[in-house]
Amino acid sequence: MNNVDEFVHQPAEWLRATGPASDIVVSSRIRLARNIAGYPFLQKIKEAQRKELVGVVQSAVAKSERMKDAFYLRYNDLTDLDRQFLVERHLVSREHAEEEGDRAVAISSNEVVSLMVIEEDHLRLQIFQSGFNLLEAWRIASGIDDELEKNLNYSFSATLGYLTACPTNVGSGLRASCMVHLPGLVLTKQVQKVLQALAKLNLAVRGLYGEGTQATGNLFQFSNQITLGQQEEEIIDNLECVIRQVVEHEKEARQYLRDKRKAKYEDQFWRSLGVLKSARVISSQEATQLLSLVQIGIHGGLVKSDLTIQDLNSLFLLIQPAHLQKLANKILSAGERDVRRAELIRERLVKVSI
Amino acid sequence: MNCNICGVNEATIHLTEIINSQMIEIHLCETCAQEKGTDFKTHFNFGDLLANLADFDKAVVVGEPKEGALRCSECGMAYTEFTKTGRLGCAGCYTSFAKVLVPLIKRVQRASHHVGKKPSKISRDVRTSHDLRLLQDRLRKCVQSEEFEEAARLRDEIKQIHDAMKKSKKAKNE
Repeated sequence: MNNVDEFVHQPAEWLRATGPASDIVVSSRIRLARNIAGYPFLQKIKEAQRKELVGVVQSAVAKSERMKDAFYLRYNDLTDLDRQFLVERHLVSREHAEEEGDRAVAISSNEVVSLMVIEEDHLRLQIFQSGFNLLEAWRIASGIDDELEKNLNYSFSATLGYLTACPTNVGSGLRASCMVHLPGLVLTKQVQKVLQALAKLNLAVRGLYGEGTQATGNLFQFSNQITLGQQEEEIIDNLECVIRQVVEHEKEARQYLRDKRKAKYEDQFWRSLGVLKSARVISSQEATQLLSLVQIGIHGGLVKSDLTIQDLNSLFLLIQPAHLQKLANKILSAGERDVRRAELIRERLVKVSI
Repeated sequence: MNCNICGVNEATIHLTEIINSQMIEIHLCETCAQEKGTDFKTHFNFGDLLANLADFDKAVVVGEPKEGALRCSECGMAYTEFTKTGRLGCAGCYTSFAKVLVPLIKRVQRASHHVGKKPSKISRDVRTSHDLRLLQDRLRKCVQSEEFEEAARLRDEIKQIHDAMKKSKKAKNE
């Protein structure tokens, strides 16, 4: 048993389903990229320097008031399954999990804070908040950043600000993002229009697990593209402003489905629920998609049940491959997982009857 | 126009970006754009684009790179290495490649100066020039929103800092 296992039975911060507008904006995240002066970036760093850096950061974390109780996990101590498990919980990026060589991650016990050490940049600090709460996430991030900086020398230029491995992060090193659940816009086929408009505003849209992933379960990540020439609060404010409008569009789309496409909308909900409650074998992709449809039906009050959005959210995480294996306490083949997943879903959906 | 990847379907997604004075155009049909999902996104990430260019062998590349021979004096990274991966080798690369990197950053980021947060542990010169820029940024915004009283106050503050800088420079020289 290691520290990682302690997370299995708690809901990840970003899926707690609390906080403002959490029926549409699932979670908010702030990421800060920082590099330590005197060490080359990832492409050129030597193994001995990696080791040293992991140690230097560890002692800075230990001296930080807000981070001192965090788990400091060295990758050498983690199994492949642990790594995948952390990716599914968004605590580390896929790139960080798949990298070779010494690296580490510090995670606060409530999973609000994750500090990746030696990712694309030396430090990638991430703060998660449930619901639409970017400013609070920024406040926490900035506080931890201040504390870490007391014991670390950041690479900082008078003109370009925080220097990062990729020039697309230079300046503030800030990526603010929100995960939004847009089944209404997807079902009414309006989502492409929204995405195109966002691209014009220099905002990026990604799938559930970050860069290069597909939007499964109607979940999208919106984030700022530009990191230079704007103050952090300004970047956040711009993004919030756009997301607020997307939220309004999504509400209207859901209303439209309820009013004008009632039969179809109810049919989709009941069918999805039916499949989830009876399937004996199910892939994570299918399950995620169906859970998304069940979710808006429950929001829309189509069924009376004790099932909460938090229950659905945690189910959404528990059916991911590494989570299933953590729950089963053993390695499962893809086929075995599909069976376990179906079992788990049927078990958790007992509270709703068809 | 047909899609650059399958060459069959009509391209409905057109992307243009100027990188290093090279104009790159990519035309995709919706199916290919979707299939490319793993290394291609709705947004246009400059680093990934550079890294993925090999994939888009039919992409139109205009102009010749002249920066082939550049190398970072600190970490030894060649500029061509950077154009392949989109990632720099060390903080020193920003200085070594400044000539090509600064215009590139300006195009990608649409700005050339940081105005956000700064670390507490930086030299006084860095701090002063950063503070100065923050004030200038605020001044610009005040003028935009026609808050002239505040703008005048900021202008005076900026002037004071400029004067102080001149004085300290003089003192240093003497």
